[in-house]
Amino acid sequence: MSAPPVAAPRRQSPAPPANHPQPRRPRLTGLWPYLLVAPTVVGAAYLLIYPLLRSVVISFQHFRTGELIRGGAAFVGLENYQEVLGSGEFWSVAGRTVLWTAVNVVLIMVISTLVALMIARLRRRLRLAVMSGLVLTWATPVLAATTIFQWLFQSRLGVVNWVLATLGFESFREYTWFADGASTFVILVLLVVWQSVPFAALTLYAGLTTIPTELYESARIDGATGRQIFRNVTFPILRPLFGLITSLEVIWVFKCFAQIWAISRGGPDGATTTLPVYAFQVAQSLHKYDLGAAISTLTVLILVAALITHLRRMLRHEGEQL
Amino acid sequence: MSPRRLPLTLAALSVLVVSVFPVYWMVLTAFKPTREIQADTPTFWPAHPTLEHFHTAVEADGFGLFWRNSLLVTASAVLGALVVALLAAFAVARLRWRGRRGFILMVFIAQMAPWEALLISMFIIARDTGMLDRLSMLSLIYFMTTLPFTIVTLRGFLAAIPPELEEAAMMDGAGRVTAFRRVVFPLLAPGLMATSLFGFITAWNEFAFANALIIKNQDDRTLPVWLSSFSNVFGTDWGATMAAATLFMLPVLLIFLVLQRRVTSGFTAGAIKG
Repeated sequence: MSAPPVAAPRRQSPAPPANHPQPRRPRLTGLWPYLLVAPTVVGAAYLLIYPLLRSVVISFQHFRTGELIRGGAAFVGLENYQEVLGSGEFWSVAGRTVLWTAVNVVLIMVISTLVALMIARLRRRLRLAVMSGLVLTWATPVLAATTIFQWLFQSRLGVVNWVLATLGFESFREYTWFADGASTFVILVLLVVWQSVPFAALTLYAGLTTIPTELYESARIDGATGRQIFRNVTFPILRPLFGLITSLEVIWVFKCFAQIWAISRGGPDGATTTLPVYAFQVAQSLHKYDLGAAISTLTVLILVAALITHLRRMLRHEGEQL
Repeated sequence: MSPRRLPLTLAALSVLVVSVFPVYWMVLTAFKPTREIQADTPTFWPAHPTLEHFHTAVEADGFGLFWRNSLLVTASAVLGALVVALLAAFAVARLRWRGRRGFILMVFIAQMAPWEALLISMFIIARDTGMLDRLSMLSLIYFMTTLPFTIVTLRGFLAAIPPELEEAAMMDGAGRVTAFRRVVFPLLAPGLMATSLFGFITAWNEFAFANALIIKNQDDRTLPVWLSSFSNVFGTDWGATMAAATLFMLPVLLIFLVLQRRVTSGFTAGAIKG
Protein backbone atom coordinates (compact mmCIF):
# COMPACT_ATOMS: atom_id res chain seq x y z
CA MET A 1 0.00 0.00 0.00
CA SER A 2 2.92 2.26 -0.35
CA ALA A 3 2.04 3.13 -3.91
CA PRO A 4 0.99 6.70 -4.22
CA PRO A 5 -2.55 7.42 -5.21
CA VAL A 6 -3.82 7.49 -8.71
CA ALA A 7 -5.58 10.48 -10.09
CA ALA A 8 -5.06 12.72 -7.13
CA PRO A 9 -7.35 15.60 -6.46
CA ARG A 10 -6.45 18.71 -8.32
CA ARG A 11 -8.13 21.03 -5.90
CA GLN A 12 -5.10 21.56 -3.77
CA SER A 13 -2.30 21.14 -6.26
CA PRO A 14 0.28 23.66 -5.28
CA ALA A 15 2.22 23.78 -8.47
CA PRO A 16 0.37 22.47 -11.45
CA PRO A 17 1.12 24.47 -14.48
CA ALA A 18 -1.01 27.13 -15.94
CA ASN A 19 -2.96 25.71 -18.80
CA HIS A 20 -0.88 26.50 -21.80
CA PRO A 21 -3.02 27.21 -24.76
CA GLN A 22 -2.58 23.94 -26.53
CA PRO A 23 -3.44 24.59 -30.18
CA ARG A 24 -0.52 26.99 -30.45
CA ARG A 25 1.92 24.11 -30.17
CA PRO A 26 3.78 23.07 -33.24
CA ARG A 27 1.94 20.13 -34.64
CA LEU A 28 3.85 16.96 -35.06
CA THR A 29 1.62 15.38 -37.54
CA GLY A 30 1.47 11.88 -38.82
CA LEU A 31 2.48 8.72 -37.11
CA TRP A 32 4.75 10.05 -34.38
CA PRO A 33 2.26 10.17 -31.49
CA TYR A 34 1.11 6.67 -32.29
CA LEU A 35 4.66 5.36 -32.44
CA LEU A 36 5.35 6.98 -29.08
CA VAL A 37 2.39 5.33 -27.33
CA ALA A 38 2.76 2.04 -29.20
CA PRO A 39 4.98 0.37 -26.56
CA THR A 40 2.47 1.26 -23.85
CA VAL A 41 -0.44 -0.05 -25.88
CA VAL A 42 1.38 -3.27 -26.78
CA GLY A 43 2.41 -3.79 -23.16
CA ALA A 44 -1.11 -3.21 -21.88
CA ALA A 45 -2.59 -5.43 -24.57
CA TYR A 46 -0.37 -8.37 -23.70
CA LEU A 47 0.07 -7.95 -19.95
CA LEU A 48 -3.28 -6.51 -18.88
CA ILE A 49 -6.07 -6.90 -21.41
CA TYR A 50 -5.09 -10.36 -22.60
CA PRO A 51 -4.85 -11.82 -19.06
CA LEU A 52 -8.16 -10.17 -18.19
CA LEU A 53 -9.88 -11.66 -21.24
CA ARG A 54 -8.15 -14.99 -20.69
CA SER A 55 -9.45 -15.04 -17.14
CA VAL A 56 -13.00 -14.43 -18.37
CA VAL A 57 -12.65 -17.10 -21.06
CA ILE A 58 -11.32 -19.68 -18.57
CA SER A 59 -14.28 -18.95 -16.33
CA PHE A 60 -16.52 -20.26 -19.13
CA GLN A 61 -14.40 -23.39 -19.72
CA HIS A 62 -13.73 -26.68 -18.04
CA PHE A 63 -10.15 -25.99 -17.01
CA ARG A 64 -8.51 -28.37 -14.53
CA THR A 65 -5.09 -29.99 -14.28
CA GLY A 66 -5.70 -32.05 -17.42
CA GLU A 67 -6.48 -29.00 -19.53
CA LEU A 68 -3.55 -27.17 -17.98
CA ILE A 69 -1.16 -29.85 -19.20
CA ARG A 70 -2.79 -30.99 -22.45
CA GLY A 71 -4.68 -27.86 -23.47
CA GLY A 72 -7.93 -28.08 -25.41
CA ALA A 73 -10.32 -26.79 -22.75
CA ALA A 74 -13.98 -27.13 -23.68
CA PHE A 75 -16.54 -24.40 -23.18
CA VAL A 76 -19.17 -25.22 -20.59
CA GLY A 77 -21.25 -22.07 -20.64
CA LEU A 78 -22.26 -20.80 -17.23
CA GLU A 79 -21.56 -24.08 -15.44
CA ASN A 80 -18.68 -22.68 -13.36
CA TYR A 81 -20.71 -19.69 -12.30
CA GLN A 82 -23.60 -21.95 -11.36
CA GLU A 83 -21.28 -24.08 -9.27
CA VAL A 84 -19.66 -21.09 -7.57
CA LEU A 85 -22.86 -19.16 -6.94
CA GLY A 86 -24.63 -22.33 -5.84
CA SER A 87 -22.15 -23.07 -3.08
CA GLY A 88 -22.76 -21.71 0.39
CA GLU A 89 -19.03 -21.28 0.82
CA PHE A 90 -18.86 -18.59 -1.86
CA TRP A 91 -21.57 -16.56 -0.19
CA SER A 92 -20.02 -16.79 3.23
CA VAL A 93 -16.67 -15.72 1.75
CA ALA A 94 -18.35 -12.86 -0.12
CA GLY A 95 -20.09 -11.75 3.06
CA ARG A 96 -16.82 -11.93 4.97
CA THR A 97 -15.12 -9.86 2.25
CA VAL A 98 -17.78 -7.16 2.56
CA LEU A 99 -17.38 -7.18 6.34
CA TRP A 100 -13.59 -7.09 6.01
CA THR A 101 -13.78 -4.13 3.62
CA ALA A 102 -16.36 -2.24 5.68
CA VAL A 103 -14.53 -2.65 8.99
CA ASN A 104 -11.18 -1.66 7.53
CA VAL A 105 -12.37 1.27 5.44
CA VAL A 106 -14.51 2.76 8.21
CA LEU A 107 -11.64 2.49 10.69
CA ILE A 108 -9.15 3.88 8.18
CA MET A 109 -11.33 6.86 7.26
CA VAL A 110 -12.34 7.75 10.83
CA ILE A 111 -8.82 7.45 12.24
CA SER A 112 -7.26 9.24 9.27
CA THR A 113 -9.68 12.14 9.56
CA LEU A 114 -9.01 12.49 13.27
CA VAL A 115 -5.25 12.25 12.74
CA ALA A 116 -5.38 14.81 9.91
CA LEU A 117 -7.41 17.26 12.03
CA MET A 118 -5.00 16.65 14.89
CA ILE A 119 -1.89 17.30 12.77
CA ALA A 120 -3.39 20.57 11.58
CA ARG A 121 -3.62 21.77 15.20
CA LEU A 122 -0.13 20.75 16.28
CA ARG A 123 2.80 23.05 16.75
CA ARG A 124 5.51 22.79 14.13
CA ARG A 125 7.99 20.47 15.80
CA LEU A 126 5.47 17.93 17.04
CA ARG A 127 3.68 18.05 13.69
CA LEU A 128 6.90 17.22 11.90
CA ALA A 129 7.55 14.34 14.28
CA VAL A 130 4.07 12.86 13.81
CA MET A 131 4.26 13.21 10.05
CA SER A 132 7.69 11.58 9.98
CA GLY A 133 6.31 8.73 12.05
CA LEU A 134 3.45 8.28 9.59
CA VAL A 135 5.86 8.30 6.67
CA LEU A 136 7.91 5.63 8.41
CA THR A 137 4.82 3.45 8.69
CA TRP A 138 3.94 4.13 5.09
CA ALA A 139 7.46 3.15 4.04
CA THR A 140 7.30 -0.20 5.78
CA PRO A 141 7.07 -2.88 3.08
CA VAL A 142 4.01 -5.10 3.32
CA LEU A 143 6.01 -8.24 3.95
CA ALA A 144 8.18 -6.59 6.57
CA ALA A 145 4.99 -5.44 8.30
CA THR A 146 3.39 -8.89 8.24
CA THR A 147 6.55 -10.35 9.75
CA ILE A 148 6.70 -7.65 12.42
CA PHE A 149 3.06 -8.18 13.40
CA GLN A 150 3.57 -11.91 13.70
CA TRP A 151 6.40 -11.14 16.09
CA LEU A 152 4.45 -8.50 18.05
CA PHE A 153 1.59 -10.95 18.58
CA GLN A 154 3.72 -14.02 19.13
CA SER A 155 2.23 -16.05 21.95
CA ARG A 156 5.06 -16.58 24.42
CA LEU A 157 7.59 -13.83 23.63
CA GLY A 158 5.36 -11.32 21.87
CA VAL A 159 5.41 -7.86 23.38
CA VAL A 160 1.64 -7.37 22.99
CA ASN A 161 0.80 -10.29 25.25
CA TRP A 162 3.37 -9.10 27.75
CA VAL A 163 1.84 -5.61 27.83
CA LEU A 164 -1.71 -6.98 28.14
CA ALA A 165 -0.72 -9.38 30.92
CA THR A 166 1.18 -6.65 32.73
CA LEU A 167 -1.87 -4.40 32.53
CA GLY A 168 -3.79 -7.11 34.34
CA PHE A 169 -5.42 -9.00 31.48
CA GLU A 170 -4.06 -12.31 32.68
CA SER A 171 -5.98 -14.28 30.06
CA PHE A 172 -3.66 -12.91 27.39
CA ARG A 173 -0.56 -14.50 28.91
CA GLU A 174 0.76 -16.80 26.16
CA TYR A 175 -2.45 -16.24 24.23
CA THR A 176 -2.12 -17.79 20.77
CA TRP A 177 -3.64 -15.13 18.53
CA PHE A 178 -3.11 -17.00 15.28
CA ALA A 179 -4.83 -20.19 16.41
CA ASP A 180 -8.22 -18.52 16.56
CA GLY A 181 -10.16 -17.24 13.55
CA ALA A 182 -11.61 -14.13 15.15
CA SER A 183 -8.34 -12.97 16.70
CA THR A 184 -6.44 -13.57 13.44
CA PHE A 185 -9.07 -11.46 11.68
CA VAL A 186 -8.58 -8.72 14.27
CA ILE A 187 -4.80 -8.74 13.81
CA LEU A 188 -5.18 -8.51 10.02
CA VAL A 189 -7.53 -5.54 10.46
CA LEU A 190 -5.05 -3.87 12.80
CA LEU A 191 -2.26 -4.50 10.29
CA VAL A 192 -4.14 -3.15 7.28
CA VAL A 193 -5.43 -0.11 9.18
CA TRP A 194 -1.94 0.59 10.53
CA GLN A 195 -0.53 0.44 7.02
CA SER A 196 -3.30 2.46 5.35
CA VAL A 197 -3.79 5.36 7.75
CA PRO A 198 -0.60 7.26 6.84
CA PHE A 199 -1.51 7.74 3.19
CA ALA A 200 -5.10 8.72 3.94
CA ALA A 201 -4.20 10.98 6.86
CA LEU A 202 -1.37 12.78 5.07
CA THR A 203 -3.49 13.31 1.95
CA LEU A 204 -6.41 14.61 4.03
CA TYR A 205 -4.05 16.87 5.93
CA ALA A 206 -2.72 18.22 2.63
CA GLY A 207 -6.34 18.91 1.70
CA LEU A 208 -7.01 20.65 5.02
CA THR A 209 -4.12 23.06 4.48
CA THR A 210 -5.80 24.38 1.35
CA ILE A 211 -8.90 25.58 3.20
CA PRO A 212 -8.59 29.34 3.74
CA THR A 213 -8.36 30.20 7.45
CA GLU A 214 -10.82 33.07 6.90
CA LEU A 215 -13.58 30.50 6.55
CA TYR A 216 -12.84 29.10 9.98
CA GLU A 217 -12.54 32.53 11.51
CA SER A 218 -15.87 33.76 10.22
CA ALA A 219 -17.53 30.51 11.31
CA ARG A 220 -16.06 30.95 14.77
CA ILE A 221 -17.19 34.57 14.92
CA ASP A 222 -20.68 33.33 14.08
CA GLY A 223 -20.38 31.14 17.14
CA ALA A 224 -20.03 27.74 15.48
CA THR A 225 -18.69 24.87 17.57
CA GLY A 226 -15.82 22.69 16.42
CA ARG A 227 -18.21 19.95 15.38
CA GLN A 228 -20.36 22.38 13.41
CA ILE A 229 -17.31 23.81 11.69
CA PHE A 230 -16.25 20.35 10.61
CA ARG A 231 -19.70 19.46 9.34
CA ASN A 232 -20.46 22.72 7.57
CA VAL A 233 -17.08 24.02 6.46
CA THR A 234 -14.36 21.38 6.41
CA PHE A 235 -16.27 18.35 5.21
CA PRO A 236 -18.13 19.96 2.28
CA ILE A 237 -14.91 21.42 0.94
CA LEU A 238 -13.02 18.15 1.28
CA ARG A 239 -15.89 15.97 0.07
CA PRO A 240 -14.29 15.14 -3.31
CA LEU A 241 -11.05 14.23 -1.54
CA PHE A 242 -12.94 12.04 0.96
CA GLY A 243 -14.70 10.35 -1.93
CA LEU A 244 -11.46 9.68 -3.75
CA ILE A 245 -9.60 8.32 -0.73
CA THR A 246 -12.55 6.21 0.37
CA SER A 247 -12.85 4.54 -3.03
CA LEU A 248 -9.10 3.97 -3.23
CA GLU A 249 -9.18 2.34 0.20
CA VAL A 250 -12.19 0.23 -0.79
CA ILE A 251 -10.28 -1.02 -3.82
CA TRP A 252 -7.09 -1.69 -1.86
CA VAL A 253 -8.75 -3.42 1.07
CA PHE A 254 -11.22 -5.44 -1.00
CA LYS A 255 -8.52 -6.95 -3.20
CA CYS A 256 -5.96 -7.22 -0.41
CA PHE A 257 -4.07 -10.48 -0.78
CA ALA A 258 -0.45 -10.32 0.38
CA GLN A 259 -1.13 -9.54 4.04
CA ILE A 260 -3.72 -12.28 4.42
CA TRP A 261 -1.77 -14.88 2.51
CA ALA A 262 1.48 -14.19 4.32
CA ILE A 263 -0.06 -14.31 7.79
CA SER A 264 -2.84 -16.87 7.66
CA ARG A 265 -3.34 -18.14 4.08
CA GLY A 266 -7.03 -17.54 4.73
CA GLY A 267 -7.07 -19.67 7.89
CA PRO A 268 -7.51 -20.80 10.52
CA ASP A 269 -10.54 -22.72 9.28
CA GLY A 270 -11.17 -20.18 6.55
CA ALA A 271 -11.86 -17.42 9.06
CA THR A 272 -9.79 -14.90 7.10
CA THR A 273 -10.57 -16.09 3.57
CA THR A 274 -11.67 -13.16 1.45
CA LEU A 275 -12.58 -13.39 -2.23
CA PRO A 276 -9.09 -12.87 -3.72
CA VAL A 277 -7.66 -15.42 -1.28
CA TYR A 278 -10.52 -17.82 -2.01
CA ALA A 279 -9.99 -17.58 -5.78
CA PHE A 280 -6.30 -18.32 -5.37
CA GLN A 281 -6.93 -21.25 -3.02
CA VAL A 282 -9.47 -22.83 -5.35
CA ALA A 283 -7.14 -22.46 -8.32
CA GLN A 284 -3.75 -23.27 -6.78
CA SER A 285 -4.53 -25.80 -4.09
CA LEU A 286 -7.53 -27.53 -5.65
CA HIS A 287 -6.37 -27.04 -9.26
CA LYS A 288 -9.83 -25.85 -10.22
CA TYR A 289 -8.57 -23.03 -12.40
CA ASP A 290 -11.99 -22.61 -14.00
CA LEU A 291 -13.76 -22.00 -10.71
CA GLY A 292 -10.91 -19.77 -9.53
CA ALA A 293 -11.25 -17.67 -12.68
CA ALA A 294 -15.01 -17.44 -12.18
CA ILE A 295 -14.48 -16.24 -8.60
CA SER A 296 -11.91 -13.69 -9.82
CA THR A 297 -14.31 -12.39 -12.43
CA LEU A 298 -17.09 -12.12 -9.85
CA THR A 299 -14.68 -10.29 -7.51
CA VAL A 300 -13.96 -7.69 -10.16
CA LEU A 301 -17.65 -7.34 -10.99
CA ILE A 302 -18.58 -6.79 -7.33
CA LEU A 303 -15.86 -4.17 -6.97
CA VAL A 304 -16.91 -2.37 -10.15
CA ALA A 305 -20.57 -2.48 -9.14
CA ALA A 306 -19.75 -1.05 -5.72
CA LEU A 307 -17.72 1.81 -7.13
CA ILE A 308 -19.32 2.43 -10.51
CA THR A 309 -21.01 5.72 -9.68
CA HIS A 310 -17.88 7.10 -8.14
CA LEU A 311 -15.62 5.83 -10.93
CA ARG A 312 -17.92 7.35 -13.56
CA ARG A 313 -17.89 10.69 -11.83
CA MET A 314 -14.14 10.57 -11.45
CA LEU A 315 -13.46 9.59 -15.04
CA ARG A 316 -15.87 12.20 -16.34
CA HIS A 317 -14.03 14.72 -14.26
CA GLU A 318 -10.70 13.57 -15.69
CA GLY A 319 -12.22 13.68 -19.16
CA GLU A 320 -13.09 17.35 -18.73
CA GLN A 321 -9.52 18.06 -17.83
CA LEU A 322 -7.95 16.58 -20.92
CA MET B 1 2.38 24.10 27.94
CA SER B 2 -1.14 25.26 28.52
CA PRO B 3 -3.45 22.64 29.97
CA ARG B 4 -5.76 23.09 26.99
CA ARG B 5 -3.15 21.66 24.68
CA LEU B 6 -2.41 18.67 26.87
CA PRO B 7 -5.00 16.27 25.35
CA LEU B 8 -3.82 17.26 21.89
CA THR B 9 -0.20 16.61 22.77
CA LEU B 10 -1.07 13.27 24.32
CA ALA B 11 -3.01 12.28 21.21
CA ALA B 12 -0.09 13.30 19.03
CA LEU B 13 2.33 11.28 21.14
CA SER B 14 0.15 8.18 21.02
CA VAL B 15 -0.16 8.43 17.23
CA LEU B 16 3.60 8.78 17.11
CA VAL B 17 4.14 5.73 19.31
CA VAL B 18 1.67 3.56 17.42
CA SER B 19 3.18 4.43 14.06
CA VAL B 20 6.80 4.12 15.08
CA PHE B 21 6.78 1.30 17.64
CA PRO B 22 6.41 -1.72 15.32
CA VAL B 23 9.34 -0.61 13.20
CA TYR B 24 11.35 0.30 16.29
CA TRP B 25 10.58 -3.11 17.76
CA MET B 26 11.79 -4.81 14.59
CA VAL B 27 15.11 -2.97 14.59
CA LEU B 28 15.49 -3.38 18.34
CA THR B 29 14.88 -7.12 18.18
CA ALA B 30 17.36 -7.41 15.32
CA PHE B 31 20.08 -5.90 17.52
CA LYS B 32 19.24 -7.67 20.78
CA PRO B 33 21.16 -10.71 21.95
CA THR B 34 19.05 -13.86 21.88
CA ARG B 35 18.86 -14.18 25.65
CA GLU B 36 17.29 -10.71 25.87
CA ILE B 37 14.78 -11.55 23.14
CA GLN B 38 13.75 -14.62 25.08
CA ALA B 39 13.66 -12.90 28.45
CA ASP B 40 10.35 -13.07 30.31
CA THR B 41 10.32 -9.31 30.72
CA PRO B 42 11.11 -7.58 27.44
CA THR B 43 13.58 -4.71 27.37
CA PHE B 44 12.85 -1.59 25.39
CA TRP B 45 16.36 -0.38 24.89
CA PRO B 46 19.34 -2.21 23.35
CA ALA B 47 21.53 -2.66 26.41
CA HIS B 48 23.93 -5.00 24.64
CA PRO B 49 23.55 -4.49 20.87
CA THR B 50 24.89 -7.25 18.69
CA LEU B 51 25.25 -7.90 14.98
CA GLU B 52 24.89 -11.63 15.44
CA HIS B 53 21.38 -11.81 13.94
CA PHE B 54 22.44 -9.85 10.87
CA HIS B 55 25.20 -12.41 10.36
CA THR B 56 22.66 -15.22 10.61
CA ALA B 57 20.30 -13.49 8.16
CA VAL B 58 22.95 -12.63 5.59
CA GLU B 59 24.47 -16.11 5.76
CA ALA B 60 21.09 -17.81 5.50
CA ASP B 61 20.67 -20.02 2.48
CA GLY B 62 20.16 -17.93 -0.63
CA PHE B 63 19.88 -14.53 1.00
CA GLY B 64 22.35 -12.94 -1.40
CA LEU B 65 20.69 -14.67 -4.32
CA PHE B 66 17.20 -13.46 -3.42
CA TRP B 67 18.49 -9.98 -2.78
CA ARG B 68 20.05 -10.00 -6.25
CA ASN B 69 16.82 -11.39 -7.79
CA SER B 70 14.70 -8.70 -6.18
CA LEU B 71 17.07 -5.98 -7.28
CA LEU B 72 17.26 -7.33 -10.84
CA VAL B 73 13.51 -7.70 -11.27
CA THR B 74 12.76 -4.33 -9.71
CA ALA B 75 15.42 -2.36 -11.55
CA SER B 76 14.58 -3.80 -14.97
CA ALA B 77 10.85 -3.24 -14.46
CA VAL B 78 11.33 0.33 -13.31
CA LEU B 79 13.79 1.25 -16.07
CA GLY B 80 11.55 -0.27 -18.71
CA ALA B 81 8.51 1.53 -17.38
CA LEU B 82 10.43 4.80 -17.24
CA VAL B 83 11.50 4.66 -20.89
CA VAL B 84 8.13 3.53 -22.21
CA ALA B 85 6.25 6.00 -19.99
CA LEU B 86 8.46 8.89 -21.05
CA LEU B 87 7.57 8.30 -24.69
CA ALA B 88 3.87 8.04 -23.92
CA ALA B 89 3.90 11.01 -21.54
CA PHE B 90 5.57 13.12 -24.21
CA ALA B 91 2.91 12.17 -26.77
CA VAL B 92 0.16 12.99 -24.28
CA ALA B 93 1.54 16.22 -22.84
CA ARG B 94 3.04 17.77 -25.95
CA LEU B 95 1.28 16.45 -29.04
CA ARG B 96 -2.31 16.62 -30.22
CA TRP B 97 -3.64 13.53 -31.90
CA ARG B 98 -6.80 11.64 -32.46
CA GLY B 99 -7.34 9.10 -29.71
CA ARG B 100 -5.36 11.04 -27.11
CA ARG B 101 -8.33 11.38 -24.77
CA GLY B 102 -9.18 7.73 -25.03
CA PHE B 103 -5.56 6.83 -24.36
CA ILE B 104 -5.44 8.91 -21.19
CA LEU B 105 -8.69 7.41 -19.93
CA MET B 106 -7.24 3.94 -20.61
CA VAL B 107 -4.19 4.82 -18.53
CA PHE B 108 -6.36 6.06 -15.66
CA ILE B 109 -8.40 2.89 -15.70
CA ALA B 110 -5.26 0.74 -15.93
CA GLN B 111 -4.04 2.40 -12.74
CA MET B 112 -6.91 0.77 -10.93
CA ALA B 113 -6.52 -2.62 -12.59
CA PRO B 114 -7.42 -5.43 -10.18
CA TRP B 115 -4.07 -7.19 -10.45
CA GLU B 116 -4.89 -9.71 -7.75
CA ALA B 117 -7.72 -10.99 -9.93
CA LEU B 118 -5.25 -11.84 -12.69
CA LEU B 119 -3.14 -14.22 -10.62
CA ILE B 120 -4.73 -17.32 -12.13
CA SER B 121 -4.74 -16.31 -15.78
CA MET B 122 -1.20 -14.94 -15.42
CA PHE B 123 -0.14 -18.29 -14.02
CA ILE B 124 -1.70 -20.11 -16.96
CA ILE B 125 -0.28 -17.70 -19.53
CA ALA B 126 3.17 -17.99 -17.97
CA ARG B 127 2.90 -21.76 -18.01
CA ASP B 128 1.78 -21.88 -21.65
CA THR B 129 4.62 -19.64 -22.80
CA GLY B 130 7.33 -21.31 -20.76
CA MET B 131 7.70 -18.26 -18.51
CA LEU B 132 6.83 -19.99 -15.26
CA ASP B 133 9.61 -19.85 -12.67
CA ARG B 134 11.25 -17.09 -14.70
CA LEU B 135 12.29 -13.78 -13.21
CA SER B 136 11.70 -12.11 -16.57
CA MET B 137 7.98 -12.85 -16.25
CA LEU B 138 7.95 -10.99 -12.93
CA SER B 139 9.86 -8.13 -14.54
CA LEU B 140 7.22 -7.87 -17.26
CA ILE B 141 4.37 -7.87 -14.77
CA TYR B 142 6.00 -5.27 -12.52
CA PHE B 143 6.73 -3.20 -15.59
CA MET B 144 3.03 -3.21 -16.39
CA THR B 145 1.87 -2.59 -12.82
CA THR B 146 4.07 0.50 -12.50
CA LEU B 147 3.61 1.80 -16.06
CA PRO B 148 0.23 3.60 -15.79
CA PHE B 149 1.24 5.46 -12.65
CA THR B 150 4.57 6.39 -14.24
CA ILE B 151 2.84 7.78 -17.34
CA VAL B 152 0.39 9.86 -15.31
CA THR B 153 3.11 11.25 -13.06
CA LEU B 154 5.56 12.01 -15.85
CA ARG B 155 2.79 13.67 -17.84
CA GLY B 156 2.22 15.94 -14.86
CA PHE B 157 5.89 16.81 -14.55
CA LEU B 158 6.19 17.30 -18.30
CA ALA B 159 3.15 19.56 -18.49
CA ALA B 160 4.72 21.73 -15.78
CA ILE B 161 7.62 22.56 -18.08
CA PRO B 162 6.61 25.38 -20.43
CA PRO B 163 6.71 24.22 -24.05
CA GLU B 164 8.05 27.66 -24.91
CA LEU B 165 11.44 26.48 -23.68
CA GLU B 166 11.56 23.79 -26.34
CA GLU B 167 10.11 26.08 -28.93
CA ALA B 168 12.84 28.60 -28.24
CA ALA B 169 15.49 25.92 -28.62
CA MET B 170 13.89 24.76 -31.84
CA MET B 171 13.80 28.32 -33.06
CA ASP B 172 17.53 28.40 -32.51
CA GLY B 173 17.87 25.47 -34.85
CA ALA B 174 17.74 22.46 -32.54
CA GLY B 175 15.75 19.46 -33.68
CA ARG B 176 12.81 18.24 -31.64
CA VAL B 177 14.83 15.41 -30.08
CA THR B 178 17.78 17.63 -29.30
CA ALA B 179 15.49 20.26 -27.81
CA PHE B 180 13.93 17.62 -25.62
CA ARG B 181 17.24 16.13 -24.55
CA ARG B 182 19.03 19.40 -23.85
CA VAL B 183 16.21 21.52 -22.47
CA VAL B 184 13.40 19.37 -21.11
CA PHE B 185 15.28 16.35 -19.86
CA PRO B 186 17.41 18.22 -17.29
CA LEU B 187 14.28 19.90 -15.94
CA LEU B 188 12.51 16.59 -15.85
CA ALA B 189 15.27 14.77 -13.97
CA PRO B 190 13.85 15.28 -10.47
CA GLY B 191 10.46 14.08 -11.68
CA LEU B 192 12.01 11.02 -13.28
CA MET B 193 13.87 10.35 -10.07
CA ALA B 194 10.82 10.59 -7.81
CA THR B 195 8.62 8.59 -10.16
CA SER B 196 11.10 5.77 -10.54
CA LEU B 197 11.63 5.57 -6.80
CA PHE B 198 7.92 5.05 -6.22
CA GLY B 199 7.94 2.44 -8.94
CA PHE B 200 10.89 0.82 -7.22
CA ILE B 201 8.98 0.56 -3.96
CA THR B 202 5.93 -0.97 -5.64
CA ALA B 203 7.97 -3.63 -7.42
CA TRP B 204 10.30 -4.27 -4.47
CA ASN B 205 7.30 -5.01 -2.25
CA GLU B 206 5.29 -7.17 -4.64
CA PHE B 207 4.33 -10.50 -3.18
CA ALA B 208 1.26 -12.05 -4.83
CA PHE B 209 2.72 -12.68 -8.30
CA ALA B 210 6.17 -13.59 -7.01
CA ASN B 211 4.45 -16.12 -4.77
CA ALA B 212 2.23 -17.55 -7.51
CA LEU B 213 4.62 -17.65 -10.46
CA ILE B 214 7.89 -18.84 -8.93
CA ILE B 215 7.08 -22.32 -7.75
CA LYS B 216 9.58 -25.00 -8.61
CA ASN B 217 12.73 -23.03 -9.15
CA GLN B 218 13.30 -21.87 -5.59
CA ASP B 219 16.51 -20.08 -6.60
CA ASP B 220 14.42 -17.56 -8.50
CA ARG B 221 12.44 -16.40 -5.51
CA THR B 222 12.43 -12.75 -4.50
CA LEU B 223 12.93 -11.30 -1.03
CA PRO B 224 9.25 -10.82 -0.09
CA VAL B 225 8.44 -14.46 -0.80
CA TRP B 226 11.53 -15.61 1.02
CA LEU B 227 10.66 -13.43 3.99
CA SER B 228 7.11 -14.80 4.06
CA SER B 229 8.56 -18.25 4.71
CA PHE B 230 10.78 -17.04 7.53
CA SER B 231 9.64 -19.75 9.91
CA ASN B 232 11.01 -22.37 7.52
CA VAL B 233 14.29 -20.50 7.27
CA PHE B 234 14.87 -19.31 10.81
CA GLY B 235 12.46 -21.42 12.83
CA THR B 236 11.82 -19.50 16.01
CA ASP B 237 14.93 -17.36 15.70
CA TRP B 238 13.08 -14.04 15.89
CA GLY B 239 16.31 -12.05 16.05
CA ALA B 240 17.41 -13.30 12.65
CA THR B 241 13.89 -12.92 11.24
CA MET B 242 13.75 -9.29 12.33
CA ALA B 243 17.26 -8.71 11.00
CA ALA B 244 16.14 -10.06 7.63
CA ALA B 245 13.04 -7.86 7.69
CA THR B 246 15.21 -4.86 8.56
CA LEU B 247 17.55 -5.55 5.65
CA PHE B 248 14.55 -5.96 3.36
CA MET B 249 13.13 -2.62 4.48
CA LEU B 250 16.42 -0.73 4.26
CA PRO B 251 16.33 0.31 0.57
CA VAL B 252 12.72 1.46 0.86
CA LEU B 253 13.54 3.45 3.95
CA LEU B 254 16.44 5.17 2.22
CA ILE B 255 14.16 6.06 -0.70
CA PHE B 256 11.56 7.52 1.61
CA LEU B 257 14.21 9.56 3.37
CA VAL B 258 15.21 10.99 -0.01
CA LEU B 259 11.58 11.66 -0.88
CA GLN B 260 10.44 12.69 2.59
CA ARG B 261 9.96 16.35 1.74
CA ARG B 262 7.95 15.56 -1.37
CA VAL B 263 5.83 13.01 0.43
CA THR B 264 4.88 15.21 3.32
CA SER B 265 4.38 18.29 1.19
CA GLY B 266 1.81 16.44 -0.81
CA PHE B 267 3.83 15.13 -3.73
CA THR B 268 1.04 12.73 -4.39
CA ALA B 269 -1.57 15.41 -4.31
CA GLY B 270 0.11 18.02 -6.39
CA ALA B 271 2.74 16.92 -8.79
CA ILE B 272 0.70 14.14 -10.31
CA LYS B 273 -1.72 16.43 -12.01
CA GLY B 274 -0.71 18.14 -15.16
